[in-house]
Amino acid sequence: MNGLFAQNAYLLISLLKVAVVVLVLLTGIAYLTWFERKVVAHMQSRWGPERVGPYGLMQPLADGVKFLFKEDPTPAGADRFVYFLAPFLSLSLALCTIALIPFGPGEISIFGRSTSLSIAEINISLLIVFAFTSLSVYGVALAGWASNSKYPLLGSLRSSAQMLSYELGLTMSVVGIVLLSGTFSLRTIVLAQQGTVLGVLPRWNVFSPIMPQVIGFLCFFIAALAETNRVPFDLPEAETELVAGFHTEYASFKFAMFFMAEYAAMVTVSAVASVLFFGGWLSPFPENPAFHFTYYLPAALAAVGGVLLIVNGLRYRSKVGRVVVPVLGLILLLLAATCALPGVNPVIQGPFWLLSKIFFFLFVYVWIRGTLPRFRYDQLMAFGWKVLLPVSLANVVVTSLLILLREKR
Amino acid sequence: MMDQILFYFFGGLAVLSAVLVVTSRSAIYSAIFLITTLLATAGLYLTLRAEFLFAVQIILYVGGIMVLFAFVIMLVNLDVALHQAQFNRQRWVATLLGLVLGAQLLLAFLLGHRDGANRDLLNLPSVAVTQLEPNTQLIGDVLFNKYVIPFEIASILLLVALVGAVVMGKKRI
Amino acid sequence: MSPSYLSDYAPLLIHILAAMIVAGALLSLSVLVGYRRPSREKSEAYECGIHPTGDAREPFSVKFYLVAILFILFDVEAIFLYPWAYVFRDLNPGKSLAGFYEMLLYIVILLAGYIYLWRKGALDWNR
Repeated sequence: MNGLFAQNAYLLISLLKVAVVVLVLLTGIAYLTWFERKVVAHMQSRWGPERVGPYGLMQPLADGVKFLFKEDPTPAGADRFVYFLAPFLSLSLALCTIALIPFGPGEISIFGRSTSLSIAEINISLLIVFAFTSLSVYGVALAGWASNSKYPLLGSLRSSAQMLSYELGLTMSVVGIVLLSGTFSLRTIVLAQQGTVLGVLPRWNVFSPIMPQVIGFLCFFIAALAETNRVPFDLPEAETELVAGFHTEYASFKFAMFFMAEYAAMVTVSAVASVLFFGGWLSPFPENPAFHFTYYLPAALAAVGGVLLIVNGLRYRSKVGRVVVPVLGLILLLLAATCALPGVNPVIQGPFWLLSKIFFFLFVYVWIRGTLPRFRYDQLMAFGWKVLLPVSLANVVVTSLLILLREKR
Repeated sequence: MMDQILFYFFGGLAVLSAVLVVTSRSAIYSAIFLITTLLATAGLYLTLRAEFLFAVQIILYVGGIMVLFAFVIMLVNLDVALHQAQFNRQRWVATLLGLVLGAQLLLAFLLGHRDGANRDLLNLPSVAVTQLEPNTQLIGDVLFNKYVIPFEIASILLLVALVGAVVMGKKRI
Repeated sequence: MSPSYLSDYAPLLIHILAAMIVAGALLSLSVLVGYRRPSREKSEAYECGIHPTGDAREPFSVKFYLVAILFILFDVEAIFLYPWAYVFRDLNPGKSLAGFYEMLLYIVILLAGYIYLWRKGALDWNR
């Protein structure tokens, strides 16, 4: 038994990491829906989910159960195989990209074996990210076709054309990063961003002293919004024109799977944006003993959250809430204590900063949704082809020229 | 051992789905099987350490060209296509051409084995692959040093295709 | 084949399989436990409440094809940029700017095509 473990330890540890990451991602997606509804609600002076559990925290679970038991009619004339294939493809592809994200610098040891803080370490991980992104168009296209209904077909054509157009901007805007770091490996891209600019700013690619990739980042983020079909590019779901776009004929959990795919894509795109442009797991503070106190930020944050939850929870209006919320607060305090342990503290720095950056981008996503109206379709296509494409291409040319000028003197 | 298993897996998958592309009655199934074929071919590239080619195969062929195919197929009137004979009257020409192509390949393979003149060519992967480094660096070096002219010509080819697409796609130019 | 190369991809494969299992499990779970009482009316395609008319799969605007073709062409261009960016520093040894001019020529040729597209209105959705 022991020998068997030793032989396959690599695969077993990978399996464990995959299980943890997929479970965390799925939970994250579920609570992202809650977070989005809550934030948009507060932006519009509403309360958002309040009824199911304290602060509406059980809402995602309730939604999931409801989706599971809903009736699921297959439209007449639909191609059954493709009709089932489309949500399956959408969700499984959207869950895949996270495997390539490096979560931290060092190695951790599980069962006495050290392993890196990422699932797959591949030379060309950046290209594989694009491979997964380029495949995601099939979920939408096949869903609309398989339904054999007019609105879904129109919606899916529109959104396929949109995703194709913005994929160009997405691909081109990252060339600048490859120019700066000379690699396709996400881990090496992060490692190339260590250090500081002018002693204050972190040397992330957005602030790169050679050519700040601000334009590249803006192009990337806009294209990412469009790729994930989010506001202001949510034309596939333009309910006033197309009922619900490509998933009009989908009900029950198949419908939910399209949404899970959308939210998973949001999470992974935020992760990719942080890795490429915002230094991934790197802390925004300089590596320097004066800033060593920042190592206790995660613990402090968790502690403040825990105390707030306990104080507010004891006054919560429902009896269940007065028990559950303080218990959650206690769990957070426990987490804070764990984060402060000398053995744990350095390890969690990487994941903490990466997750904070992802969280920030997710908030921006929601913020944009709470703020901006939807594009008109011709404006959308014109923006993709007439602005995003030339601007990101110009970014490539300027970056390469500046690299030569700065490094060849 | 492992690379042989992978080779036969991907190779078998590619051949099987290629056969299914031809025999499927519904065009969209043909397209799906063609996607499988292309993905299996990408897998073969991966076992040959052509990482860059592997990624490009997926991004361009599966994520680009097959989407265009799917666009076209999705809007063909399927009912008409279903009622047509699966193999039309060009089947004899196609069979003949297929046989000729197969014979050519077989001949080349046999001749190469017999006199050993092309042995290097035929045995290239199994000899070199263990020493090959992952090849992005190699592709970049070769493409932009030795093959600069073909590379620039490729851009002209793309330009021609662009103009052609507009000429055929727009009603009024 | 050295074990380190393909075994780099093994965790990715495991992850893809796990993602497919999750998606497949959710799909089949909803089929298994879902409420099911089909009727002819329910399975009709949604068309604002009236009976659907005609076939949904009809030929549509050629612009969608044009977008797909143009996407492929520019995607090829973008993919060529990647190995170039990867070896960019090696392409310009010493004071030479050879690698930069190579790509500049390439981009300029395609830019001509891009300007042609723009002038002919191929990038305008309404024309």
